Amino acid sequence: MKTIKLIIDGKTAEVPENTTLLKAAKTVGIDIPTLCYFELKDMNIENRPGGCRVCVVEVKGRRNLAPACNTMVAEGMEVYTHNIRVLNARRTVLELILSDHPAECLTCAKSGSCELQSMAQQLGVREIPYQGEQSKYRKDTSPAIIRDVDKCIMCRRCEMMCNDVQTVGALNAVNRGFMAVVAPAFEMNLEKSPCTYCGQCVSVCPTGALTEVDHSRNVINALADPAKTVVVQTAPAVRAALGEEFGLAPGTLVTGKMVAALRRLGFDYVFDTDFAADLTIMEEGTELLDRLTRYLKGDKDVKLPILTSCCPGWVNFFEHNFPEMREIPSTAKSPQQMFGPIAKEYFAKKLGINRKNMIVVSIMPCLAKKYECQRDEFKVDGDPDVNFSLSTRELAHLIKASNIDFSSLPEDDFDNPLGESTGASVIFGTTGGVIEAACRTAYELYTGKKLEKVDFKELRGLENVRHATIDFDGLPINIGIAHGLGNARKLLEDIRDGKSQFHAIEIMACPGGCIGGGGQPYHHGDSEVIKLRASALYREDAGKPIRKSHENPFILELYKDFLGKPCGEKSHHLLHTHYFDKSAGVFVEE
Amino acid sequence: MAILESIKSLTELREKLKAKQAALSQKDNPQSTIQVKVTMATCGIASGSRPVYDFMKEELSKRNIPALVSQVGCMGFCYAEPTIEVTMPGKSPVIFGFVNTKKADEIIERFIRKGEVIDGVIPMNYETA
Amino acid sequence: MARQIRIALRNCGVIDPERIEDYISRDGYMALATVLTELSPEAVIEILKKSGLRGRGGGGFPAGLKWEITRKVQADQKYVVCNADEGDPGAFMDRSILEGDPHAVLEAMTINGYCTGASKGLIYIRAEYPLAVERLKTAMKQSREMGLLGNNILQTGFNFDIDIRYGAGAFVCGEETALIHSMEGLRGEPTVKPPFPSVEGYLKKPTNVNNVETFANVPVIINKGWEWFASIGTEKSKGTKVFALAGKINNVGLVEVPMGTTLREVIYEIGGGIQGGKEFKAAQTGGPSGGCLTKKHLDTPIDYDNLIAAGSMMGSGGLIVMDEDDCMVAIAKFYLGFTVEESCGKCSPCRIGNKRLFELLEKITQGNGTMEDIDKLRNLSTVIKDTSLCGLGQSSPNPVLSTIENFIGEYHEHVKDKKCRSKVCKSMMQYLVVPEKCIGCTLCARNCPVNAISGERKQVHLIDQEKCIKCGACMEKCKFNAIIIN
Repeated sequence: MKTIKLIIDGKTAEVPENTTLLKAAKTVGIDIPTLCYFELKDMNIENRPGGCRVCVVEVKGRRNLAPACNTMVAEGMEVYTHNIRVLNARRTVLELILSDHPAECLTCAKSGSCELQSMAQQLGVREIPYQGEQSKYRKDTSPAIIRDVDKCIMCRRCEMMCNDVQTVGALNAVNRGFMAVVAPAFEMNLEKSPCTYCGQCVSVCPTGALTEVDHSRNVINALADPAKTVVVQTAPAVRAALGEEFGLAPGTLVTGKMVAALRRLGFDYVFDTDFAADLTIMEEGTELLDRLTRYLKGDKDVKLPILTSCCPGWVNFFEHNFPEMREIPSTAKSPQQMFGPIAKEYFAKKLGINRKNMIVVSIMPCLAKKYECQRDEFKVDGDPDVNFSLSTRELAHLIKASNIDFSSLPEDDFDNPLGESTGASVIFGTTGGVIEAACRTAYELYTGKKLEKVDFKELRGLENVRHATIDFDGLPINIGIAHGLGNARKLLEDIRDGKSQFHAIEIMACPGGCIGGGGQPYHHGDSEVIKLRASALYREDAGKPIRKSHENPFILELYKDFLGKPCGEKSHHLLHTHYFDKSAGVFVEE
Repeated sequence: MAILESIKSLTELREKLKAKQAALSQKDNPQSTIQVKVTMATCGIASGSRPVYDFMKEELSKRNIPALVSQVGCMGFCYAEPTIEVTMPGKSPVIFGFVNTKKADEIIERFIRKGEVIDGVIPMNYETA
Repeated sequence: MARQIRIALRNCGVIDPERIEDYISRDGYMALATVLTELSPEAVIEILKKSGLRGRGGGGFPAGLKWEITRKVQADQKYVVCNADEGDPGAFMDRSILEGDPHAVLEAMTINGYCTGASKGLIYIRAEYPLAVERLKTAMKQSREMGLLGNNILQTGFNFDIDIRYGAGAFVCGEETALIHSMEGLRGEPTVKPPFPSVEGYLKKPTNVNNVETFANVPVIINKGWEWFASIGTEKSKGTKVFALAGKINNVGLVEVPMGTTLREVIYEIGGGIQGGKEFKAAQTGGPSGGCLTKKHLDTPIDYDNLIAAGSMMGSGGLIVMDEDDCMVAIAKFYLGFTVEESCGKCSPCRIGNKRLFELLEKITQGNGTMEDIDKLRNLSTVIKDTSLCGLGQSSPNPVLSTIENFIGEYHEHVKDKKCRSKVCKSMMQYLVVPEKCIGCTLCARNCPVNAISGERKQVHLIDQEKCIKCGACMEKCKFNAIIIN
């Protein structure tokens, strides 16, 4: 590759051609501030519309200033990143952005994690000289996401995520000039759009324009109600990220501290969604084997590949975009929604309490889970199986607001019986994990042999679309994996066009899987954070004494005691679901 | 219209059309006639050139004055729309501005029929490539 | 006496735009025929380069060079785009050409296709130009029927066809990258250049974008030779330029003058001088992207470079003349109002900065401005120009900067004396009753829509300045000239 030599602030930089000035400057220790620019390295996600103009620099011989994020290096270029012209321009541009931004930092959900706030601090803005009208828009609250676009700075990151990465197309720039803003088409509510509530828009929003619907107040009220038994379940990806909110290094596992904190918060039972994940493997694995066996016997009605169904953003996506294919995904409910009925129909009965007096709270890395637990089919007489779903961030806030010094907490264990889990369920939190867990169980159930090598390394990694062939004792099983809905769309289109060669496909809506979920602590574009979370989960898996779902003793007991057999009648009733055609009704005014 | 098959056929057609056009203006040519051009660009139409165009076509024929009335694009005299250009055989074109049907009537009766000098002439101040 | 030379407008007002025969009789399609049968693409590009033709859409980029760049990029498909998204307030030369001589544009686009290696042309035209669209469609039909457009043109084996794309009237879609996005069905907003459309344009393919007037010049240059064209104009600006004369000028209209004609010649000799014999104050060229030229520029030869040196620009050729009754602060505000409306909102300096400029100008015209506000106008204008993403924002502060530069006195009067000498800024006006002249007829009081005038019959009346909305009804009604503006 050709190398380009240029001078940045007097320092000579040598970089490959087609490098941006921003990256070239980094190689000589110059950190040009950016606002709209966003990159998740190694994940093929980049946003550089050149819109905010905060990163402008002077290029000798050029009439106007150049956006460093979007200007390529050229041989002999002379660049100035902090002379008076640049500093004045950068500052004025930031002052302009601030002049159209509500100064609500004290009460803003994003305060402390806001990139606009830290930029104002970094540039030392102490007053806003250009005061004037501020653009005002209608606030929009959906089941999972709040849009407060008065705070939108038109960085277009959410739009890039929603369109380029997720191919959902719920958000786009609308209006022009001063009233330009990112919104669903016709400025309708998000609920009327094809939004999947994956929350990736929220996870990249630099300001408080997009945030989650906060249910922590409902949880506090439930905890304070003596008539209620409050049960909590925690998703696998939470333990790999929660520590970040308390200053711990990314990738620190805080399972024990998390359990201790939840107990201090007053939950009556601290359980693990991982238990339900093991249950999911039992059901989904059995369904896979059933379909596979029938297929191999020549049953023409059987539909392959089977698709995983534990990701609610993904479920929303195919209900909106591929409703004609809604028979293909597994009918198994997600772990969150398997946990609900087991808690309320099995555990509550064991305790001898009415299900209406039990409140089930879930802690999720996800925002779509908030919507999932509100679905009508997951309610009994109006009583939801899972009452409230909190994101990792909401839990962190709850802990901070409850006078708990997280880092000094002792390590606690989950309660039984719904707190026991295997290594297989832990890796549900990262892309490829569900299918690896399924393989561990399906292999043994299908072959009747013991699986010696539990780690399926070929299923791991961060590539957008991965595939591997697993040897089921002579039977090659083709596995596909996609994370990010845009990648899922490609696999689905292949299936629709009859081009798919897979027997089973795992799909996660969020890049990286649940560890990169819309409810996780903000990664601010650092893909290393996501990688470290993944390795934490694999570490936890490796350290578990039991690493196959069907060996979880409490799962076995549950089947013996209550459910009967996987995919049996009771399971069918409590642990399986069906899907809806949601393609109509999008962008339709009531 | 026939497909033009070569530069030669285009040139021939052009020469034919040029000759026909020239004949229109030649004083003693049997094919010569009075030519009236009405500006029918958006601006002209908006200021009322369509009724003028219709008037010219109908009235010249009713009054038995042989003439070729055609529509043309903008002549550039926006301030004086609607404008029309009248070319009498053998003479230079004359442009009139602010033409309504009343003015058009005057142009037919006095300028075209009697050859009188009348008001409303716009000086031609350009040459064409 | 300055004369116009009509090159781009050569057929406008001369031929019936709906008859291809009229066009052919005036050498129409001869340039295309010559090019296809006698010249190589490189030779045509060479002619164009030597002619010195520069883009007439505003930027002034050498047309031949643009064609050459597009030609040199390797691609399986290229496009020719005609930018007919004319959006400057007061500019309508493109519409006139399309309505008066549509074949000229079709012919030139086809020549461009031959030179660049494109087989597909697109005309991006405002949907607000229905007549131009109709005439283009008629022309396209006729030229296809005669084998001058479509497959195997003039039996030479060259294929080129043209389609129409409609714009919804957004000013920013005249910017070529925004125009291309709009044609692709995307939001009409610009992207950072490079890549330039010549390299990566419509559907990511090399795309040669030229303006209507630029194209209209091309056939004549081929027919008459580059030497002829280059003999007209100034050293660096060849040929002619069409101007749309508007404002306080007697002969409002379209004129085409050789580059290098002075403002004085255009206004006084061709344009017939200022309406009502008033005094010339300024002329705005380049529309909202340009600046104003003043008395001191009256004898400057108009060409691309001189206009830029004078703090304005050629733009698409709007020329709006202002007289002593025009307030220059209000003029700047008018143009900013336009830019605020037309900004796409993508980059923050243009989206927010222009709004703030407008607000500052509003504050000043309302009599609430401070000297600090003028400094803010200066700094903000400079930063917006320096940091905006596309040509719209990079030029939108020009009217502000150029009025500050040339008419700082008027700004000071507005700010310090709270006075608008042109009596345009209503907030600073006071309607007053002259006691000596008022006979107490009560007519003004009865006609005041807000009951701001009090006074008994036969007594001197008084206008309550708090209530007065400055509509001027009283002054209009008073038969004794007893009401004046202060």
